[in-house]
Amino acid sequence: MRRAWIVVWKDVLSERRSKETLNALVFFALLLLFVFQFALGPDRARVEAALPGLLWIAFVLAGLLAFGRTFLVERENDCWEGLVLAPGDRSAIYLGKLAGNMLLMAMVEAALLILFALFFSLDFTAALPALALVLVLGTFGLAAVGTLFGALTAQLRARELLFPVLLLPAVVPVLLGAVTATQTVLAGQPLASASSWVTLLAAADVVYLVVGLLTFEFVLEG
Amino acid sequence: MVQAQHLRKTYGPTRVLDDVSLTLVAGEGVTLLGPNGTGKTTLLRILATLQRPTSGSLSIGGVDAVKVPEAVRGAVDMVGHGSWVYEDLTAIENLRFWTTLGGHDAARARLKGALESVELDTVADQRARTFSAGMKRRLALARVLLGRARLLLLDEPFTGLDRAGRKWLAEFLLAFKAQGGAVIVATHSFDAGAGVADRVSILAGGRIVLDRPAASLALDDLRRLYDELAAGPVIAS
Repeated sequence: MRRAWIVVWKDVLSERRSKETLNALVFFALLLLFVFQFALGPDRARVEAALPGLLWIAFVLAGLLAFGRTFLVERENDCWEGLVLAPGDRSAIYLGKLAGNMLLMAMVEAALLILFALFFSLDFTAALPALALVLVLGTFGLAAVGTLFGALTAQLRARELLFPVLLLPAVVPVLLGAVTATQTVLAGQPLASASSWVTLLAAADVVYLVVGLLTFEFVLEG
Repeated sequence: MVQAQHLRKTYGPTRVLDDVSLTLVAGEGVTLLGPNGTGKTTLLRILATLQRPTSGSLSIGGVDAVKVPEAVRGAVDMVGHGSWVYEDLTAIENLRFWTTLGGHDAARARLKGALESVELDTVADQRARTFSAGMKRRLALARVLLGRARLLLLDEPFTGLDRAGRKWLAEFLLAFKAQGGAVIVATHSFDAGAGVADRVSILAGGRIVLDRPAASLALDDLRRLYDELAAGPVIAS
């Protein structure tokens, strides 16, 4: 855990100082919301019907930007070699990177929710506890696969192309579960009524995490 | 400490290393000379377990480093072209990261001590982004000091260093050897490289074409041999 923690500490500190990814993501989120508002217009019923899908499209697109950069920082000054040569269990590096991505996505998702509420005059307050659980489960699945594929493609020349091509099909179960559960929650229904989707989400998270832990060593070695 | 036997490395049809054998005992230093593209960096990367040889065997500290690279990694450190420095972290934060990741004691006093050893203690809290190439190399060597490496591999460590920096690095390597560490330096710099070596090897065309005790070679002889063996004959136009 100490080794995973130091990876999170390093990534958070670097990001806090450079703000490269966070600035880009917040700006991207703003652009996305302008596009959504332009496309949907002032019709509130239309917005509410499309909202769960829009939210997750925004999260996935932000994730594509964020996860793809996770390991690019390790290419600078050959730090990747240091990670490969570090003695001990490599899964600590994966867990650290995953936790860093979760933190980053939590900030972006919070910003997006606030912006959605402002742009579309929505009130998420009543649904917030259940919505938070769905967001955590969905984001974990996205980040677990995104972190692994971010490492897998970081050393490739065509990484910008390959990363989304690999990631998007892999996260389909997460998206199905997350969008449906979000729809249920935002409609004011109890989360229990979407329990099968929540179970799918949780199961996908476990599978992605285990696959990430088991394969990361081979991915890092290249 | 190191026993490499008949190492070969090919990339498709291109043979980069061809039957390279090298032995190194604790406290010994080898300077590896050779023109660009002769496989020096590839050899260092294989010795560091960053790459696998196509064939051949490599034993480090009696452990098969090809079959179980993870078993020797704590004993090997490398300072290559990149210095493993995170630009947005300070010098001491960089050391804290690598030391903790390596499972070593990362107490501030210990990290400061390592920075003092490489004469970077006055800039301990400055971001690495502001450092020169030489300072980044010193920071990388401070990282080496904090680990438990017994084999240190350096790729062109003298490049970009001024006279004082070269002298300092040579002294650092001599001290590392004196403590029982083994050092392999791949370099173009004859005088600086030979100064830290017990043996000098010349790598040409993927093969070690000369391996002699450094004491048996005067610098002029070494240059002449290098021209003959590595660079090939000069054809007058």
